[in-house]
Amino acid sequence: MSRRLMIGIFEEEADILGVAREARERGLKIVDVYAPYAVHGMDKAMGLPPSRLPWVCFLLGFAGAAFKVWFEYWTTSVNWPVNVGGKPWNSLPAFVPITFEVMVLFAGLSTVAAFFLVARLFPWRRPRLIHPAVTNDRFALVLEETDATFDPQRVEQLLRRFGAVEIEERVEEVAR
Amino acid sequence: MADLDLAPPPPLIATSKRLAEVTEDVCGALERRAGLLWWAAFLAAFSLLALGVAAVAYQIATGIGVWGLNTTVGWAFDITNFVFWIGIGHAGTLISAILFLFRQRWRTSVNRSAEAMTLFAVICAGIFPVIHMGRPWLAYWIFPYPNFRGPLWINFRSPLAWDAFAISTYFLISLTFWYVGLLPDLATIRDRARPGWKKTVFGWLSLGWDGSYRIWQRYETVYLLLAGLATPLVVSVHTIVSWDFATSVIPGWHATIFPPYFVAGAIFSGMAMVLTLMIVARKTMKLEDYMTPRHIDVMAKLVIVTSGIVALSYATEFFTAFYSGNPYEQFVFLNRAFGPFGWAYWIMVGCNVLAPQLLWFRRIRANIPAVFLISILINVGMWFERFVIIVTSLHRDYLPANWAGYVPTPVEVATLLGSFGLFFTLFLLFCRTLPVIAMAEVKGVVAHAQAERRHAS
Repeated sequence: MSRRLMIGIFEEEADILGVAREARERGLKIVDVYAPYAVHGMDKAMGLPPSRLPWVCFLLGFAGAAFKVWFEYWTTSVNWPVNVGGKPWNSLPAFVPITFEVMVLFAGLSTVAAFFLVARLFPWRRPRLIHPAVTNDRFALVLEETDATFDPQRVEQLLRRFGAVEIEERVEEVAR
Repeated sequence: MADLDLAPPPPLIATSKRLAEVTEDVCGALERRAGLLWWAAFLAAFSLLALGVAAVAYQIATGIGVWGLNTTVGWAFDITNFVFWIGIGHAGTLISAILFLFRQRWRTSVNRSAEAMTLFAVICAGIFPVIHMGRPWLAYWIFPYPNFRGPLWINFRSPLAWDAFAISTYFLISLTFWYVGLLPDLATIRDRARPGWKKTVFGWLSLGWDGSYRIWQRYETVYLLLAGLATPLVVSVHTIVSWDFATSVIPGWHATIFPPYFVAGAIFSGMAMVLTLMIVARKTMKLEDYMTPRHIDVMAKLVIVTSGIVALSYATEFFTAFYSGNPYEQFVFLNRAFGPFGWAYWIMVGCNVLAPQLLWFRRIRANIPAVFLISILINVGMWFERFVIIVTSLHRDYLPANWAGYVPTPVEVATLLGSFGLFFTLFLLFCRTLPVIAMAEVKGVVAHAQAERRHAS
């Protein structure tokens, strides 16, 4: 399988935002946008749904806290109870600080791990740079030429109208 | 109201910068050879580090009897240094997480170096409790792990165990936060580097980052979540450090004001350290366009606020002692101000309460050498604050027969100097290897400012 892509390179934040919005309104398929920084409002322009990573954060944080409360209870009042200053075996208020720390640790590390996993960011991944300056000062809009209704000339006009400095058509192999 | 100043504030960053110029300014500094100034600083820091390593090796080989501690003053220099360094770290998290949640965009030029400072300060802090154990090779006993002694678990009711968890969590979360923030900039360095070992190393570190917005969107979410987690975390860390003292029954330590007092003091001392480092870094690395007088101005204002909280805490402690009617409480505070360690108390008040008041004047906030001097004074004052809290509360306890003095030995002083050596060695290496300014964030601010200006004209 292969697909044809049309790539427009831009220099300004306002241009890339405008062109992405317009392309979506015209029903063109936006494969991705590449930017040197997180452009504010681009998710709306591209119509991306919000990320589900907060759920990972919440659930794993909750799981970490629950595990820690159980563990502190089990070690101090079931497995090997030790009398410390005559305090009750199960002194729950004293368990709060470590429970909080473990919750933060689980939530934070698992959110980042989940992010690396879903974004497929691994040390051995070779970056596929759409343009060499996309991590420096250029923005790129990548459209897929879906079917016969895709009119390359009209799309090219659209890209030019928003100040594209380079336009390129590329055939990309897609692993299925 | 003769000269009411209605002029708009000076810009945060010289906004005429183009995006490529930001990359050039920040990465260019890493690609040039290190200057003479850097080498001189590095040599000095590294010598101190070597001195510290020698001192630590000596005291581990001989035993901590080489310190000036006695049965009355069981905590002194080491715990002072521990609390001091942990406190320094807190400003980094304030800048990176709390100011991010408050959408303070000025933080973008200083957050990277402030976060690095946090990590290095926590490393320095972690050394002290470990060497205080006397048998540092058994330091892992503080964590619960299945063992053949029962299994005998740790005492989860002890603030020292809480502390171990708080500080390890703080270090790991700060490291993660810092690394996630670095990702886009590591990719920028990778794409600038010529093929070779540098490109390979940064290629691995940047995890194949390609600037895709689908990744950017998740990145922003993760960054927000981490900031949300780090904010209560940083408050919890120094709260738990203060509980090391406050849960004891020592007059002078056993106070409910300790958690907020310690957290405010931590941010106060950390801000002073950020100012110290920033004023040096902007000059030596030619980053005056990014770390502008406006940054120094806002940070000086934060110093005034936290100094006020610290001053209020000092006063509250005295009032509580007076109002308690408890003779032991009252004695400790009178002894603190007018006893044998009174000089340390008045250094603390002079540096932490009086000196920062000069920052109320705009002319002084704009005078960079003056701000630098005040920031150094605050660093000194905050070190003395911890010394005063720890030593003056201990050295004259309930039984006058047990009263003792405390004088640090050269080994202890060398260890303190060594921790400064470690801190500055790490910081100087960081300045030469990683982008000291969060390029991806600064670019967002620059582009936004330019768009607004075009919109206005």
